[in-house]
Amino acid sequence: MEKVLEAKKLNKFFNDPAPFQVLKDITFDVNKGEFLSIVGKSGCGKSTLLYLLSTMDTEYDGELYMAGTKLTGQSQNDLARFRSKHLGFVFQFHFLLPEFTVLQNVMIPALKLGERSKEEIEVKAIEKLKLLGMDEYAMKRSSKLSGGQQQRVAIARALINDPTIIMGDEPTGNLDKKNSELVFRIFKDLAEEFKQTIITVTHDPDFAEKSDRVIEMSDGQIIKGL
Amino acid sequence: MWFNKLNINIAKTHLFAKKKQTIVASLGVTFGIAMFVLMISVMTGVNKILEETQLASTPHVRIYRDISNDRPSLLSQILGTEDWAVVHHQKPKDEPLNLRNGLLIARSLEADPRVLGVSPQLTSQVFFNYGPAQLSGILTGVDIEKEDLLYNVKGKVKSGSIEALLSSNDGILMGQGLANKMNVKSGDKVTVTTPRGDIVLLRVVGTFAMGIGQIDNVRCYANISTVQKVMQKDTRYITDIHVKLKELNQSLTAATEWQSRYGYRAEDWETANATILVSFTIRNMMTGVVVVTLLVVAGFGIYNIMNMTVYDKMKDIAILKATGFEGRDIIGVFISQAAFIGMMGAFAGMLIGLFLSYLVSRAPFDGGEFLSIDHFPVNFDVRFYVFGLVFGVLTTILAGYFPAKKASKIDPVSILRG
Ligand SMILES: Nc1ncnc2c1ncn2[C@@H]1O[C@H](COP(=O)(O)OP(=O)(O)OP(=O)(O)O)[C@@H](O)[C@H]1O
Ligand SMILES: [Mg+2]
Repeated sequence: MEKVLEAKKLNKFFNDPAPFQVLKDITFDVNKGEFLSIVGKSGCGKSTLLYLLSTMDTEYDGELYMAGTKLTGQSQNDLARFRSKHLGFVFQFHFLLPEFTVLQNVMIPALKLGERSKEEIEVKAIEKLKLLGMDEYAMKRSSKLSGGQQQRVAIARALINDPTIIMGDEPTGNLDKKNSELVFRIFKDLAEEFKQTIITVTHDPDFAEKSDRVIEMSDGQIIKGL
Repeated sequence: MWFNKLNINIAKTHLFAKKKQTIVASLGVTFGIAMFVLMISVMTGVNKILEETQLASTPHVRIYRDISNDRPSLLSQILGTEDWAVVHHQKPKDEPLNLRNGLLIARSLEADPRVLGVSPQLTSQVFFNYGPAQLSGILTGVDIEKEDLLYNVKGKVKSGSIEALLSSNDGILMGQGLANKMNVKSGDKVTVTTPRGDIVLLRVVGTFAMGIGQIDNVRCYANISTVQKVMQKDTRYITDIHVKLKELNQSLTAATEWQSRYGYRAEDWETANATILVSFTIRNMMTGVVVVTLLVVAGFGIYNIMNMTVYDKMKDIAILKATGFEGRDIIGVFISQAAFIGMMGAFAGMLIGLFLSYLVSRAPFDGGEFLSIDHFPVNFDVRFYVFGLVFGVLTTILAGYFPAKKASKIDPVSILRG
């Protein structure tokens, strides 16, 4: 199996308010096309780990490889370009740009990547929104949506550039049963058909159970699923 | 790269989504620039009119004979010693105050490349008889065309004309203030008493107003020959030579040179008007201080506004960075916004400044005896507006750049973590 992500001895400290080690020697691999769930008690460091993997938090010890590139030590701008091309991210607290429409929010990462024309991107963005049942809201200001609706738009945005890896921090946290199922189906299809890798943090046991592999964390360490 | 279409579109959306905030931010710039334009226009307007009226009626260099008192006393000349013979209150010798070869000197000065114009003249204290009252005045004999070259007399004539003066041998051009006091008009005759006690009849052929009370209330112009006749002097009798230079700041060197060359006192403008000059310097300094203070205050105001505009968007910056935007894209987005706010604000400020300056310039203002102005003097100099615009836009862009630069470096997680 082709490895798409490699984490080697990741350690992360917070110094505020008191020195405190959040992640302890986290080492694991993820294969291409794998659908991975990370579970664990609240406060055990799941989000912190996901931020490291997303390359947005660069203050850590250890090494991180993704899509054959060593990301540890790269400049902010290089990491931004890498994210643009290879990563799609759904935040725990769905973050959309409030002044922009739903459609614009989904299109912006693709416009930034600049690999397709605006027309193509628009068609694609509508397609992704349709996938998540949000196409009828395309022209609405994103700040006017409900929490669950915003979360689904954020998922559509994460998919727009066909990223190598899609990361989600409780991507279904605000969704009802029906929509959770929908999102799970979408992820599953992407992993199986398009060999995109999915890494999600979740509190939903059903969701975790149905995924390919589950990693369980406790107190900053992986205790199960290596 | 910084200003690609996407970044500019994001900036646009930010600006138009919060129109009120954009307008308030622009108004901050507007206010600063409008105040700057107004203050500098009014302050330099006042300075300029004061300087101009003063300068317009003053020669750059004046050549005349100084009354000298430092000759050795007759007593010490006879005794051949100065040790014990003291003569108190020695009177000056009775020598004529004229410049010998005055007209020749004037002609040779005219050949000097630094010189713009030369006006040889002679002046005499006189009394104008006005019924039982006597008004003191100064009769200045000039070649009126040369005098015009120096002081633009033509432009200052209120009634009559300088041609009328040229073609008459008993005509005078009277200061407007004096004419008002004596209640005479062009064509009237006035009786003049000379210092020697002679009485002559002269005809007023016109009036002029230099805008300075000190001149308009006492001076009368006449042809040189007329004044020579009144004073019973020969036709070469000249007491002063007024010179206007092409460059004002050459007056000291030229004066020094001519003094040693011709042997007469040559007084430059700065020496003759030292007090006025000091007041100019102080006024210009004050203007400078006020303007710089105003710009600094405006600059800080603008910086605060842009700082707030950027910090307000911290969350958006984090999201943009998370989805692949680089530091320079963030800077591009906010510089575009700053440029827009700056241009809108500075342009509006320029217009408002112009409007306010116009209102001030329409405000009635009585210059009194000293200055002949009836409206507040305002200097409408294009450079102020260009400077205001450039300053407003550049400051706003800089004020946007620094916080944007800082924001472009933050770790997005530190914000997204919540
Ligand atoms: N900025 C921070 N400074 C200091 N400590 C922090 C910071 N962010 C998180 N922590 C601490 O690190 C630990 C891990 O936080 P993290 O957000 O990774 O937990 P989590 O597993 O995602 O929890 P949840 O399931 O509630 O989202 C927590 O104890 C938290 O208090
Ligand atoms: Mg979390």
